[in-house]
Amino acid sequence: MARHPSFGANFREYFPSSRALFSLAWLLALTSPGWPVEALPVREIAPGVFVHQGRYEIFTPRNSGDTSNAGFVIGRDGVAVIDTGGSPRVGAGLLAAIRERTKLPIRYVINTHMHPDHVFGNTAFTGENPQFVGHAKLPRALAARADRYLAINRELLGEAFEGTRILPPQTLVKDRLELDLGDRKLRVEAHPTAHTDNDLTVFDEKTGTLFLGDLLFARHVPALDGSIRGWLALLDDLATRTDIKRAVPGHGPEQMPWPAAIAAEKRYLTKIADEVRAMIKDGRTLAEAAKTAGLSEKDAWLLFKEYHARNVSAAFAELEWE
Amino acid sequence: MTTTSIKRTRFSLALAGLLALGAGVAMGMGASVPALADDDPWKDIHRDVFDNREISENDGVVELEAPYRAEDAAVVPLTMRLPASAGEVKRLTLVIDKNPAPVAASFVFGEAAGKGDRMLQTRVRVDTYSNIRAIAETADGKLHMTTKFVKASGGCSAAASKDADEALANLGKMQIRTFTDAQVKDHSPAQREAQVMIRHPNFTGMQMDQVTRQYTPMKIVQEMDVARDGERIFKMEGGISISENPNFRFTFAPGAENVIDVTAKDSDGKVFTASSAGKAS
Repeated sequence: MARHPSFGANFREYFPSSRALFSLAWLLALTSPGWPVEALPVREIAPGVFVHQGRYEIFTPRNSGDTSNAGFVIGRDGVAVIDTGGSPRVGAGLLAAIRERTKLPIRYVINTHMHPDHVFGNTAFTGENPQFVGHAKLPRALAARADRYLAINRELLGEAFEGTRILPPQTLVKDRLELDLGDRKLRVEAHPTAHTDNDLTVFDEKTGTLFLGDLLFARHVPALDGSIRGWLALLDDLATRTDIKRAVPGHGPEQMPWPAAIAAEKRYLTKIADEVRAMIKDGRTLAEAAKTAGLSEKDAWLLFKEYHARNVSAAFAELEWE
Repeated sequence: MTTTSIKRTRFSLALAGLLALGAGVAMGMGASVPALADDDPWKDIHRDVFDNREISENDGVVELEAPYRAEDAAVVPLTMRLPASAGEVKRLTLVIDKNPAPVAASFVFGEAAGKGDRMLQTRVRVDTYSNIRAIAETADGKLHMTTKFVKASGGCSAAASKDADEALANLGKMQIRTFTDAQVKDHSPAQREAQVMIRHPNFTGMQMDQVTRQYTPMKIVQEMDVARDGERIFKMEGGISISENPNFRFTFAPGAENVIDVTAKDSDGKVFTASSAGKAS
């Protein structure tokens, strides 16, 4: 605030008495979050494109829900935020990182899908009055899971959960939507069921950067909460795009070269699909598949134990209908 | 005879009450209130569903296989086995103590279930760490139980579809699969194996719409009658604890044609039928 030129010039006009100033400070202290807001570390991976890399962990009170990647793009007229982290605290840290770099208004907060580690930071941005943007199916998906998401993550996150509310988007994307930041346009695309039934990608035309949300996992084992067939089909489709220069995964490094970025994930999903299909054909059961399918991928990923058997169960329940 | 039929009526009433309980709990007080750790609901279930009748435990009549830790609480695979030595079993009841509606399903067996080594598999939702019980009622009216403890959480209230549009678009679609002998483990006397799947969201009625603050109405498969060549294998009465896209895999006594026919009914009164006739069996 102090750096704002017009504020400094008009200081006495607005606050003729120091008492009024004191009241303002007191008011700010009351309304600000009860923890020191530290800006999250972010890296500028392309001109005006910033990414914060989350940890390869599941939610714990220690990581405050900082377990997924979040990013922002600064244009001439405003800022677009892509995912907000897994708690209001992480969201506030992301906002602080933005404010260290620009005072431009935050026009858009885009959620790539419904999972808590990508949407729970939304509340930190309400004061900026952005348009919240999401897949047309995101509000329904959040509504169906809200109670559970709130209950389970209150336990997992502890203090960092404070203030979490589920904020569904008002700007819905059914197919595609162009967001104008002045000198650059972001292309938001809604996809058919893949990682979830409400996945969005965000493409910055100026730098050829594609934010994939959790359609792309690297090092962190992929998590299947949608359709394995849909996901594999979408990866094949995206791999043919020549306008993409770099990819930002939902979990993984800040940026990855395209299309090499998807190779490991595609191998993993293909292996599960192949092995599960073979087991179904042999008359084996879901319980057997959950214990044995895809285990050769074990050493290739982090958090394998946490997600793999569930992925196999989900794939089995889907593929047995083929 | 009279005594038996009265008992059966009381059983059915109690069962219907417990199957429906979940919706009431959800409407009244919210779904995600966990049961206290030391609060054992089995006493009440034993009284309400089984009339406090004596139950023999782990006597080899019924076996239950369940994962100790469920990977996905919304899809917990369970296998129940009735060895040939169990003799005729009239009914098999599946109880998940701490679920909002503890009676997950009840299976009444018919002639075509056979009397050899019998197997029945399904997938259930488990809402919190809970005992799961398989209770068999033999022809002599005695009850036999095996219990397994399963660590899972959130199966009922987290039971949202992975693809909500597809779940409704394909509602009622069924798939019947019979397994060739090579795929079936040795059974004595000879048994065949089949699987029946039905596309159904099996909404628990516990998912709150955040905009309207209303719970999604319960929409579940309540009954499923499965026959081989016109003879009943089993009839299932199910509650909200059965997973989305209910799935049953079971053995049956071989017949002349081995055609499997299924009639299912859901809580909206919709009736779905399917037959394996015309398919290789």
